[in-house]
Amino acid sequence: MDVLLEARDLKKHFGPLRAVDGISLSVKKGEVLGFLGPNGAGKTTTMKMLTGFLAPSAGSAIVCGETVTAGNAAARRRIGYLPEGAPLYGDMTPAGFLAFIAAAHGIEGAVAEKAVRDAAGAVQLEKVMEQRIETLSKGFKRRVGLAAAILHSPDVLILDEPTDGLDPNQKHEVRRLIGAMSAERAIIISTHILEEVEALCSRAVIINAGRIVADGTPSALKARSIYVGAVTMLVPSADADAIVNAAKALDGVAGVEAAGEGDRTRLTILAKPAAQIADPVGDLVAKHGWHVSQFSVDGGRLDDVFRSVTTGKAA
Amino acid sequence: MKDMMTIFRREFASYFATPLAYVFLVIFLVMQGLFTFYVGQFYEREQADLVSFFAYHPWLYLFLVPAIGMRLWAEERKSGTLELLLTLPVNTSAVIAGKYLAAFAFTGLALAMTLPIWITVNWLGDPDNGVIVTGYLGSLLMAGAYLAIAAAMSALTKNQVVAFILAVSVCFLFMVSGLPMVLDTAGGILPGPLVGVVANLSFLAHFENLQKGVVGLSDVVYFLTVIALWLGINRVIVESKREAG
Repeated sequence: MDVLLEARDLKKHFGPLRAVDGISLSVKKGEVLGFLGPNGAGKTTTMKMLTGFLAPSAGSAIVCGETVTAGNAAARRRIGYLPEGAPLYGDMTPAGFLAFIAAAHGIEGAVAEKAVRDAAGAVQLEKVMEQRIETLSKGFKRRVGLAAAILHSPDVLILDEPTDGLDPNQKHEVRRLIGAMSAERAIIISTHILEEVEALCSRAVIINAGRIVADGTPSALKARSIYVGAVTMLVPSADADAIVNAAKALDGVAGVEAAGEGDRTRLTILAKPAAQIADPVGDLVAKHGWHVSQFSVDGGRLDDVFRSVTTGKAA
Repeated sequence: MKDMMTIFRREFASYFATPLAYVFLVIFLVMQGLFTFYVGQFYEREQADLVSFFAYHPWLYLFLVPAIGMRLWAEERKSGTLELLLTLPVNTSAVIAGKYLAAFAFTGLALAMTLPIWITVNWLGDPDNGVIVTGYLGSLLMAGAYLAIAAAMSALTKNQVVAFILAVSVCFLFMVSGLPMVLDTAGGILPGPLVGVVANLSFLAHFENLQKGVVGLSDVVYFLTVIALWLGINRVIVESKREAG
């Protein structure tokens, strides 16, 4: 597959502050890369460098073979960008705004009209096209920003927190849209909503203090969690102590976490690395005839990995 | 060029997207009238010319032109749309020129709406229309120079009020450097030729030359140079603010 977007050792220093301190990554066609990190980790600064808004202190960003700089309009033509918070001209209508964006991309006449119609259709803006942007709801504003980012069918989409502040239905819509667009493009989305990464991204990169601290598929990252292979059961509280003791005696069990839920208790039995404990735990339950109302094997938890790589300690 | 027109159209339309443009035009015309007829005593002078009309333009522009220019960049920075604008495949010079020209066109429109006074004076008497034409030219060029300063000051801050005050202050300096009180003081400190330089920097001296019906190349070049210089400064400020985030 072709690499459409590449960052080569990007660095950005604001005085003594090293906001971004050597980030290298490449995104191929068809890939959706989730860019994660705590607030202030350098996500937005990195994205600003990828779009040519900020000049890197060192390193370079390359889009479809072109180096992105403030002066290189050709490179910026290949990029669709949704800045953080989706800033828009509040005094324009979506129709006027999208026509302006089309003109700025050098798209004219009937082609521009079609591009605006298609982009607006993709994010379902038809009903509000003639309403002033400042009077629109947050969800619509975000969709106007998205429409502007995809209007010129860019090869690379850079979306800074595209679902921030949207309700669950709108989030679902935006994710569906990003998913639909991903086949022909390279997409980077920054987010700190971890469920989004699992739902959407083919790859996740976690950064902290300006450096990449983890890079892999969401499943591979989750596998680094202490919860990978853990068994979670909902059992009557009366039996809980007995089950905890029996489970701890099993081979391959690293520990047990318990949380009360009314007259029941949720037990999470942690596995030692590479140990398979689901079958032994199941056998144990069957042998004692305990009543278990839920039983699941954990695939690992991204939030747990996120915390451990960005704070240096396990959750 | 095409990029510049794209920016120009958006910017010019945005003046009319809010009541701001209409409020401004009304205030501008009312002020023009007050200065011309009451302060300038248009009728009492019993002269068929527009001297009393043009005489107060430098002062009127001192406050009204910064009001047109203050939003140019400050608003973009405040709302974050600067990032959107500067990541479009449009080069920065086109953005600066397009924005400036939009504000300039709006200023020109305001000035054009004073044309009835020209018609009036022709109806009342027999003025030297050549002088009036150069008067309008001088007025427009001076407004352009004020506006270039206002645009650069607007890029310095996210706050439109601060941008307005900065622009008025800088414009004021450029204006008063030709007044006797400044030149007399300067004459006591600086050698003669330098006083001439200070006097020549003033908008007033060059504006007044054009009021006399003489289109001196040096006066036109002066205003165009001032405009180019401040647009250059505008660019430097925009670039540095972009870097600062």
